[in-house]
Amino acid sequence: MKNPTTVERKSERELVVTRTFHGPAHIVFEAWTKPELLKRWWAPKSFGISFISCEADVRTGGTYRFVFSHDASEQPMAFFGRYIEVTPHSRIVWTNEERADGAVSTVTFEEKGDKTLLVLHELYPSKQALDDAIASGSTSGAGEQFEQLDTLLVTLVSS
Amino acid sequence: MVDTTRILFPICPVSRLGRECAHSPFTSLDLPLHAADPYYILNHMVQFQRAHLDASFAALSDATRRGILERLGRADASITDLAEKFHMTLTGMKKHVGVLEQAGLVTTEKAGRVRTCKLGLRRLEEEAAWIERYRQLWDGRFDELDKIVESLKREERVHGRKKRK
Repeated sequence: MKNPTTVERKSERELVVTRTFHGPAHIVFEAWTKPELLKRWWAPKSFGISFISCEADVRTGGTYRFVFSHDASEQPMAFFGRYIEVTPHSRIVWTNEERADGAVSTVTFEEKGDKTLLVLHELYPSKQALDDAIASGSTSGAGEQFEQLDTLLVTLVSS
Repeated sequence: MVDTTRILFPICPVSRLGRECAHSPFTSLDLPLHAADPYYILNHMVQFQRAHLDASFAALSDATRRGILERLGRADASITDLAEKFHMTLTGMKKHVGVLEQAGLVTTEKAGRVRTCKLGLRRLEEEAAWIERYRQLWDGRFDELDKIVESLKREERVHGRKKRK
C-alpha cells in the first residue's frame, strides 16, 4: 500500500514535504546517507531524470554534488552543497548552493511503531527567493497554461 | 458578474482543463466518486494551500473587490482610474487593491507616480502547478525509496537470523 506524499507552502519562505515509510528510522536514514543507495531513488525514472554522477559525503561538514541528465534538456544539471548537520537516524540538514539564494533543507525521521514519518522542510532566505524558484521552474511548461489563461480572460471580458 | 470559482481555479492542474473539468474542487466535493477517495481530496487540498485560499476568499467576499477584478480583466488600470470608476477616495481604493494583492489576485507596478494594477492570476496558477510538479518529483523518489526500505528490511531479517545461529 502506497503512502501519500504531501507538499505545502507552509509560509512565504517555507515548503514542507511529508511521507510515511513502512520501516524503522535507521533504515530510511541509511537509504538517505549511503550514496550507493541514494543513487537508486533520488532520480526517479518516472520523472525523466537519471544520475550522471552522485558524490555525497554525508557527515556534518561533508559536501555533496549530484549531476543529472534530463529527458527534456541537453545540458546536465548539477546540484551541490554541504551538510550542516547529520544526526544518525533522526536529522540531516544541508545547503543547496547551485543557486545564489537556495534553501536550507532539513529532513527529520520520526519512528512511530514500525513506521517512520519523514518531514522535509525547505527554508528559503526570503519570500522573493522561493517565488523566484517557483517562477524559474514554471516557465518551461507554462505555455499551455498561458493559453488557458488567455481563454479565461476572454471569458471575464465577455461576462 | 465575475465567476469567483474560475478566478480561484482557472485551470485544473490534474486534467489541465478549464470550466469543463470535473476535478474542480467545488464540484469534486459534490461528486461521490471523488469524495470516496481521501487521497484525491487531500492532494487537491495540498495543491491549493489553505492559507492562500483563506486570503482569496476573504478578498473575494467584497462586491467592490470583485468589481475591481472584473474591470482589470478588461484592461490594466491605475489606482486613480479605479478610484474614479468606483467613486472612491484614493486611500479607500489603495486598501482594496492591497487586499487583492496580498491574496495574489492582483499585482501592481509603480512607474513614476502611477501605480498600475493588473490581474495576478498567472502567479497563483503557476504556483499551484509548480507545487504539484514538485510533489510528483518527491512522490516518485519516495516510491523508489519504499522499495529500498523493503529490501533493507528483508536483508536485516536474514542477517538477524544468521546472528542468532
